[in-house]
Amino acid sequence: MKRAVFLAPTLLVAGCDTPLSALAPAGPVATDIAWLWWVMLVGAGLITAMVVVLIALGFRRPSETRPRVWTHGMGLWFSMVVLTLLLGAGLWVGERIQPRNDDAVTVRAHAFQWGWAFAYETPDGSVVETTDLLHIPAGRPVDVLITSQDVIHSFWVPRLAGKMDAIPGRTNRTRLQADMPGTYEGLCAEFCGLDHAGMRFSVQAHADWPPDPSETEQ
Amino acid sequence: MSDTTFTAAEQESSRSTDIPRNPPQRALRLHRELSRVWANDKGIWGQITAVSHSTLGLRFMATAFVFFAIGGILSMLIRAQLATHNGAFLDTEIYNQIFTMHGSIMMFLFAIPMLEGLAIWLLPKLLGTRDMAFPRLTALGYWCYLFGGLIMLTALLFGVAPRDGWFMYTPLSSAAHSPGINADVWLLGVTFVEISAIAAAVEITVTILRQRAPGMKLTEMPLFAWYMLGTSAMMLVGFPPLIAGSILLELERAFDWPFFDVARGGDPLLWQHLFWLFGHPEVYIIFLPAAGAMSMIIPVMCRTKILGYGAIVAAVLGLVFLSFGLWVHHMFTVGIPHMALAFFSAASVLVAVPTAVQVFAWIGTMWKGQPQLHLPMYHILGFFLTFVMGGLTGVMLAIVPFNWQAHDTAFVTAHLHYVLIGGFVFPMMAAVTYWMPLITGKSRIKGLGETAFWVILIGFHGTFFIMHLTGLLGMPRRVDVYPDNPEWVWLNLTSSVFGFVLTIGFAMFALDLLLHITLGKREKRDPWEAPTLEWAMPIPSPNYNYASLPTLQHLDRPARDVIMPLARGEGTLPGAPRNRRELLVTRAIGAAPDHVAILPGNTALPLVLSASICAFVLLMLASLYLVAAFALIPVAAFIWLWARGMAPEGDLAPVEVAPGTTLPIHHRARQSLAQSGLNALLVADGTLFASLIFGLAFLSVVTQGPAPGIAGAENLATLIGMGIMAVALISAAWASTGATRGAAMLGVALNGVALIVLVWLTLTQMDDPTLHTRDALRAVVAGYVALHMIVATGMAAFVANQHARGEIDGLTRGAHPGWRAWQGFTAATAVLAMIILTAQVLA
Repeated sequence: MKRAVFLAPTLLVAGCDTPLSALAPAGPVATDIAWLWWVMLVGAGLITAMVVVLIALGFRRPSETRPRVWTHGMGLWFSMVVLTLLLGAGLWVGERIQPRNDDAVTVRAHAFQWGWAFAYETPDGSVVETTDLLHIPAGRPVDVLITSQDVIHSFWVPRLAGKMDAIPGRTNRTRLQADMPGTYEGLCAEFCGLDHAGMRFSVQAHADWPPDPSETEQ
Repeated sequence: MSDTTFTAAEQESSRSTDIPRNPPQRALRLHRELSRVWANDKGIWGQITAVSHSTLGLRFMATAFVFFAIGGILSMLIRAQLATHNGAFLDTEIYNQIFTMHGSIMMFLFAIPMLEGLAIWLLPKLLGTRDMAFPRLTALGYWCYLFGGLIMLTALLFGVAPRDGWFMYTPLSSAAHSPGINADVWLLGVTFVEISAIAAAVEITVTILRQRAPGMKLTEMPLFAWYMLGTSAMMLVGFPPLIAGSILLELERAFDWPFFDVARGGDPLLWQHLFWLFGHPEVYIIFLPAAGAMSMIIPVMCRTKILGYGAIVAAVLGLVFLSFGLWVHHMFTVGIPHMALAFFSAASVLVAVPTAVQVFAWIGTMWKGQPQLHLPMYHILGFFLTFVMGGLTGVMLAIVPFNWQAHDTAFVTAHLHYVLIGGFVFPMMAAVTYWMPLITGKSRIKGLGETAFWVILIGFHGTFFIMHLTGLLGMPRRVDVYPDNPEWVWLNLTSSVFGFVLTIGFAMFALDLLLHITLGKREKRDPWEAPTLEWAMPIPSPNYNYASLPTLQHLDRPARDVIMPLARGEGTLPGAPRNRRELLVTRAIGAAPDHVAILPGNTALPLVLSASICAFVLLMLASLYLVAAFALIPVAAFIWLWARGMAPEGDLAPVEVAPGTTLPIHHRARQSLAQSGLNALLVADGTLFASLIFGLAFLSVVTQGPAPGIAGAENLATLIGMGIMAVALISAAWASTGATRGAAMLGVALNGVALIVLVWLTLTQMDDPTLHTRDALRAVVAGYVALHMIVATGMAAFVANQHARGEIDGLTRGAHPGWRAWQGFTAATAVLAMIILTAQVLA
C-alpha cells in the first residue's frame, strides 16, 4: 500500500516502463530509500521556495534587520535543526537496511571486464553458476557478496537496493530483497572501461528457493 | 562583532597614531616615474618577461576562459552523443577521452587557474599594495599552467588523452588496464599544472599576511582577503595528497612499484583516499573565492555594508576545517562499515551549516540595503537560485542510504554542475562584470549582458534540472549508449537541446566582454561608488596600482575620497625615487609597518625555468627516464640563477617611507617575505610527507595484502647507517644556525655524508621496490628524504658562496635564514621517517 503512494508520482513523470528506476522500488530496501528521497524532495522544495521569497522580499525598501536573526537564527539554528533531523532519518534507514545475521540467502557476484559471474549454493551443497543473470528468492532478504576480477565495478539493481562497489582484493556485502517474483534489471555503475555501458545483468526472483533447475539453465 | 563602526572620537584617536602624510606632489610626475619603473617591457618580449600581477592575473583569467570554452565544446560533444539512445556520433574510446578531458579541463585548467587569476589580479589592489609577494613566482606559475594545459590538449588532438575518468581510479588507470601514455598525460600534466597552484597558494598567503596596508587589521580586512586566506590554506594542505597520489601512480605505471596492486600488498582504495583528500577540499577551494567575490559585490550592489562580518569569517574558517573531514562521502559505496560512514555523513551534513550562514548573511544584507539590478546583481541572483538547489542536493547525497542509490548516476552529474556553475561560474560572471571597468577603463554596452544572463540561466536549468530525474531513473554516469532504455531518451534529448542553449548563452557573455573591450565608452573612476581600496586608483588600473601606498587613514572610506591624496603621493613610499620596485611589508598581526621590500623587475627566467621543467615532463612521458633525470640538471641550474636574483645588491640603506618613519629594506629585515613564503611552502611539503606516511599506515593497517619479503631494516648495518644519517642531519641543522662561511661549508659536507649513506643503504640494504607495496613505499620515503638532502646541500653551498662574495654580513642575511629553515625541516622529516620505517619493521 505504502509503495503505491511512491509509485504514483513516478508513473506520472516517467511512464510505467522504468526497469532501472530507483523511484519504482520493488522491495523493502529500495522502498525505504525512496521514502527518504520523497521526504527530502519536499523539504528541499520548501527551502528553495523560502529562499526565493526571502530574496524577493530583499528588494523592498531597506529595513532595520538584526544581523543575528540571519547569521544565527537562520544560518545556524534553522539549518542545524533541519540537518539533524535529516541525518537522524538517514542513519536510521541506513541501519535498517544493513545486512545482518538472519536467515538471509547468500549469493555471489563476481565482476569482470565486462560482465558478471553469479553463483548460489543449493541445500545439497552444489554451486550453481550463471553469467549476467542472478537468481534470488522472492520475499526473503538476500545478501550479495561482491568481488572483482580486474578493475573496480559497482553492483546496482535500482529497484531492489542501492549500489555496492566490486573492488579487487575485497569482498563487499550488500543486502537486497524483491517482494514479488519477477525479473529486475541491474547494471555496473562504476566506470570500468570500454564496455562499461554494456555491462548489464538481470535479477530473477523466484517464488520457490532454490529454483527448479529447469528455470535456471542458460 | 559584525558591522564594526567606530564613533568619530575613536576613529580620530586611532588615526592620530597613524603614519604621518608625505607632502603632496604633482600626480602626473609620480605617475610617469612609477610607470617607467613598473611597466612591462615593450611588445611580445614584454609579455614573455612580464612579472606584474595585473598582467599575469588577467592572463591567468583569459587563458582559463579559453580552456572553459574548450571544455564547453567537449561537453557539447558529450551532449550530442547522448541526445539519442544509440548515438553513433563518437566511438567509445574517443567518448571516454572526451568526458575525462571535460572534467579535467574544467577542474584543473579552468576553475583553479581562474580563481588564482582573480586573486592575483585583485588582492594587491584590495590590500593597498603594488604587487604580489613573489612576482617571478606568479609568472612561473602561469607558464607551468600554460605548458601543462597544452600538453593535455595536444594529447587530446592526437587521440591519446586520458580516458579513465577525471578521478582516475586505479586499477583502471594502472599500466595493466590502461596501456599507452593516456593516463601518464593526466598524472604528469596535472602535477605540472599544480606547480602553479602551490605557487599561487604560497604567495596569496604571504601577500595577505604581510602586505596589508599599515593598520589594516586581520579582523577588518576586506572579506575577499579572508576567503582567499582560507582558500590558500586549503590549497597548501589539499593539493599535496593529490600530488603524492599522482607520484605514486606514475611510479607504479613507469617502474612497476606496486602501490595499488592487490597481488603485491597494494590497495586501489589508497588512491581514492588520497584523491578525495584533495578532491573534496577542492570543491571549497573553488567555492570560497567565488563566495569572497560575492561578499564584496553584494553590499555595493545593495548600497550598504555586509551583514555579519564576524559570522562570515567564522563560517569561512569552519568550512576550511570541516572540508578536510568529509572526503569519504565520495566513497560511501566502497564497503566501509556503516558506523564509520555515519561519521563522514554527519561531517558532510555539518558543512552545510557555515554555507547556510553565509547565504543568509548575504540575504540579510539585501534586506538591510536596497538592491539595485545592475548586471553583476543578475548573476548574483542566478547564483542564489542555482547554488541553493545544488547545496540541497549535496545534503541529500550526504545521506548514506540515498547516496547508495544516487551515487555514480546522472543525479550526481546534475548536483555537481549545480554547485560548480551555481557556486563558481555565476559568481565569477558577477565578478568579471563588476571589476571589468577597473580592467578596461570602459563602461559596457547595455543589453547584451542581460540577455546572455537569461539565456545562460534558462539553458543551465533546462539542461541539468531534469538530469536529477534521469539519474534516479537509473542512468549511470559515463555511458555513451543506452539502447535498452527508451525511457531515458526524452530526458537526454531535453538536456542536450538546453545544453546548446547554455553554450549560446556563454558565447553571448563572451561577445559582451569583447564588445566592452573594443567599443565601450570611457568609464568614470569608481563607477560603483564602492568603499574598498581597489577603486581608489585610476582606471584602467596602472601597473603600479598606487602612486603612494594607503595607510589607516585611507581605509574604510569611499574610494573617491582617497583617490587624489594617494595619487598625489600623500601615502607611504610615493613614486619610485630609487628606480626600483618598492612596496611596504607589514606584520601579520596588526599590520604594523615592518620593512620595505624591493621586488624583482621583468625577467624571462620564469619562462625558461618552466620550459626546462616542461622538458623533464615530456621526457618522462616519452619513457626516457634516464634522460629525464639528466634534464633535472638545467632545472637546478635555473633555480640557482633564480636565487642569485635575490642576492643583496645596490643601495642597502634604510628608506624613509613617510616623514619620520624610516624602515630597513628586506635584505636586512627580521622576517622577509621570502622567509614567510618558505614557511608556507614547508607547510605544503610537510603535508606531502604526511600523505606518504598516511599511505604507509593505510596499507599496513587497513589493507590485508600478502606479507612482504624479508626487509633489511632490522639488521645491524641498516641501523648503523640510519644512525650516521641522523647524526649528520641533526648536526647540519645545528650548523645552519651559524652565520659563517665555515658553518655553511660544514653543512655541505654533513648533507653530503648523509646522502652517501642513504644511497648506500638504498642500494645494499633495501629490497627491490617492485616486490611489495611496503618496499615500494619505503623507497618513496627514502627518495623524499634524499631529494630534501640534495636541496639542503645546494642551499648550504649557495650560502657558502654568498659568504665568499661578501653578500652576508652582520646586518645582511642573504639566503641564510632560508637554508636554516629547510635544513631543520629536512632533519626533522628524515629522523621521523627513520623512526617510522624502523617501527614498521619491528611491529
